[in-house]
Amino acid sequence: MKLDLKIWRQSNSESEGSLHNYEIDEITPDMSFLEMMDVLNEKLIVEGVDPVAFDHDCREGICGSCSLFINGRAHGPDTGITTCQLHMRKFKDGDSITIEPFRASSFPIIKDLVVDRSSFDRIQHSGGYISINTSGNTQDANTIPIRKSDADNAFDAATCIGCGACVATCKNASAMLFVSAKVSQLSYLPQGQVEAKDRVLNMVKQMDEEGFGNCTNTGACEVECPKGISIENIARMNKEFLKAKL
Amino acid sequence: MGLYLTEKHVKYKKKGSEEYVSPFFIYHNDNKRTKVFCSLKINNKHWDFTNKKVKSGDKEYKFKNKKIHSVKTELEDIISSYKTNDELLTPEKLKGELESLKTKDDSPLVKSKNILNSKIPKGSLALKWGNHKSNINLVSPSNKRNIDVIVVGTGLAGASASATLAELGYNVKAFCFQDSPRRAHSIAAQGGINASKNYQGDGDSNYRLFYDTIKGGDYRSREANVHRLAEVSGNIIDQCVAQGVPFARDYGGLLDNRSFGGVQVSRTFYAKGQTGQQLLLGAYSAMNRQIARGKIEMFSRHEMMDIVKVNGKARGIIARDLVTGKLERHSAHAVVIASGGYGNVFFLSTNAMGSNVSAAWKIHKEGAYFANPCFTQIHPTCIPVSGDYQSKLTLMSESLRNDGRIWVPKEKSDAELVRNGKLSPVSIPEDKRDYYLERKYPAFGNLVPRDIASRAAKERCDNGYGVNQTGEAVFLDFSHAIIRYGEEKAKISGQNSSDSELVYKLGRDVVKQKYGNLFQMYEKIVDEDPYKVPMKIYPAVHYTMGGVWVDYNLMTSIPGCFAIGEANFSDHGANRLGASALMQGLADGYFVLPYTIGDYLSDEISTGKISTDSVEFEKSEKKIEDQIDKLINNDGVNSVDYYHKKLGKIMWEKCGMSRNEVDLKKAIKEIQNLRKDFHKNVKIPGTKSEFNEQLAKATRVSDFLELGELFAIDALQRRESCGGHFREEFQTSDGEAIRDDENFKFVSAWEFNNDPTKPILHKEDLKYEEIEIKTRSYK
Repeated sequence: MKLDLKIWRQSNSESEGSLHNYEIDEITPDMSFLEMMDVLNEKLIVEGVDPVAFDHDCREGICGSCSLFINGRAHGPDTGITTCQLHMRKFKDGDSITIEPFRASSFPIIKDLVVDRSSFDRIQHSGGYISINTSGNTQDANTIPIRKSDADNAFDAATCIGCGACVATCKNASAMLFVSAKVSQLSYLPQGQVEAKDRVLNMVKQMDEEGFGNCTNTGACEVECPKGISIENIARMNKEFLKAKL
Repeated sequence: MGLYLTEKHVKYKKKGSEEYVSPFFIYHNDNKRTKVFCSLKINNKHWDFTNKKVKSGDKEYKFKNKKIHSVKTELEDIISSYKTNDELLTPEKLKGELESLKTKDDSPLVKSKNILNSKIPKGSLALKWGNHKSNINLVSPSNKRNIDVIVVGTGLAGASASATLAELGYNVKAFCFQDSPRRAHSIAAQGGINASKNYQGDGDSNYRLFYDTIKGGDYRSREANVHRLAEVSGNIIDQCVAQGVPFARDYGGLLDNRSFGGVQVSRTFYAKGQTGQQLLLGAYSAMNRQIARGKIEMFSRHEMMDIVKVNGKARGIIARDLVTGKLERHSAHAVVIASGGYGNVFFLSTNAMGSNVSAAWKIHKEGAYFANPCFTQIHPTCIPVSGDYQSKLTLMSESLRNDGRIWVPKEKSDAELVRNGKLSPVSIPEDKRDYYLERKYPAFGNLVPRDIASRAAKERCDNGYGVNQTGEAVFLDFSHAIIRYGEEKAKISGQNSSDSELVYKLGRDVVKQKYGNLFQMYEKIVDEDPYKVPMKIYPAVHYTMGGVWVDYNLMTSIPGCFAIGEANFSDHGANRLGASALMQGLADGYFVLPYTIGDYLSDEISTGKISTDSVEFEKSEKKIEDQIDKLINNDGVNSVDYYHKKLGKIMWEKCGMSRNEVDLKKAIKEIQNLRKDFHKNVKIPGTKSEFNEQLAKATRVSDFLELGELFAIDALQRRESCGGHFREEFQTSDGEAIRDDENFKFVSAWEFNNDPTKPILHKEDLKYEEIEIKTRSYK
């Protein structure tokens, strides 16, 4: 199929960016979206044009690197997937596709479609862990029985891949879904109880310092989350936060 | 097309010399033939050709002379590799082919004096690690504060090592090329992690895990290292649970297990199909705690470009900031390489796009030996290739073989109908299906080790039973599991277990619970519902057992430089068992390296801060700068991917699932030519002082182009079939591998010798003190 691409080009964080038009042909429905981008870049390189920079690595939906905003939707027109899992069969011949980076002031653009998400890492540094040394002398794993439903809930929250689709989608550029996924995971587990108060307070503080907005319950993040992280986690984080404040 | 040598060859022997002048005929498909006069000097393989066309037929003679026999085989191999009329083998072409055989001497340079010291502790196997830990030199807490350690890579091995070293008090600098340490490719591991906890009470023990791993590795791994791995495996699970890793649990609240290939117990711990993700996030969280304390300084989007040695010891690295393109000098008292495997030398693999060999290759070029590069794991259950544009392959976890059954149609005619889309696999009756793994290996069935399952799939497909358009796919079928689980569930919940619709629905839910994300992943890629139609799968490159040579302390042959996780070679031999990569990564990082590194660092307590203003850092930085300038200023025409794809094709076709002498020799020549062409004609857009993905890729591919050759040289040298290394010349009549313990029970450790084409081979003899070496059988 033939496609008309409008891609955000920006040479670095200081410069101004704009949308550029590219025409591309001979795209097949079985290609993944990023393979379509590879075909475009191969063409640009041969033509002597700077190829489009975009983040990607595992290409199987788990590393969280890829981060495109396609036709106004984070990770494009499909649900429960990342951009690398999007296939061209979701588009038709002659379609026009607008490709932008994940936009948020806390995600400054590095180049073209590549953004800096280190703010997410800094939030995790502030408390996304259990303070236990790796001495090898911890108690036997089966001495901490955990209800299956709790373990499953903790797992569901823990599947967050830190891609930032929630932030890019939220009109407030809120990172509440991302932060709550970690808070919630550890709040379901007995191991997480010891530091529960400090964790939620510190992580929320860091989240605010990074300049992310707040949650106004529109639920868009949940819809676009490739891993289906539920906004119930935000409610749970709010509960933990209140508990810690009391 | 065929080749006939006649007994005239002998008559044409020149008097008083080893030279033969011999006519032979190349028969083409169109009944024409070419008569070629070949002058052969048997001993030094001198080739010279003249040719003359002749018309009518000639009698075929059986050739008897033994001396010339090997030459005949080589000629025939070359000629039979030309299959079509469009590429008729002209004498010029043949001459070229034979030239390429000549350029590489069969026998590599071998160092006779063994200088490898694996430093395996004395004493009985079960006590080695305990004794070693008790006798090893320690660094006191106050001294640790003055010691810096660089860790390159933040996958399971790198992240766990960084966190633990920092907890112990060392100052850690960690590097990853991704934008966050959490994105390292360990994250994509699906199935699980092994540990000999024996929670299921099915007879597991450290010894059994050790034994399974050695046997699975086809007796090519180091006994003492593997036993240590089994000993610490239980600790890993305890540690991860304490960190909050949400492993799967049963209704009693205890940890659940499943079974993996090559073993007969259930010792695999898992978190749905995302075990790697959960373990990596656990290690990442342990790192985060140390980053917050200031004990780890994290350098994301940084690539290690070179190691810096001062007086022979590893003293730091040159790193490149991938955002600004700036080269940076970082010093340390020890450098740990945890940069993973080199599967991407095949271009198409299940590795992430950025996974590369560069860190390991750079230390290899500075003196670290590279061990068993040809030991590569081809994973049996991946989504088949669908087109030329394909950028990577996706794995479907081995855990699926717990419940999925692998089959192809019994009849070739059915297979053809399936290929053409005229027959649905669902409508092929049971008695027309060949569950070939269950047929050939009844004891292990669908859960044979990966190398065996992969070769079996290739064998079926090569014989015309493949089930997708390209003929390179087999079925992985869950319909039986869905019914089995559905009936069980119906009985437990008191519903009608003979209602097939209900049973399907209940069974589907159970399968979804177990493998939901994998099924979803499959459906998104292939656009078929695997609950209804069996999955199509085919083997793909997945893991590399070979890697940097290390001693028992995990130190490479450069003092102060260590290698852990997939980057080293020691634990998996010629084939890795499923769910053992995660185990080894975390074992090395959490529980082995943090002890053993102290033995080396105890001599460094009074070294003090290492300056980066030395001649050595200067020289190393200059070298890298020159390499980058050369690449970026190259006035070429082809993209980096153009070369990477070509390299991948050579590797897959000639060094892939099965290998032979002729192909390997061709591969070596082709890689050499490709490498030359790359440096002459590669085109890299943009500048060096900006975010430039193509430039980063070019530096990696340039290393793959050197490693690829060593890979082929190693495969050529290893004249046996073992584990993932299958040499066609060494197989039984029913296609099973023939291992040669008498001549090849060693680790091939290659030393870089100024030129990638001339490596030096060192052999580490493998001694098995407490295990009896047997022919591996899963029948």
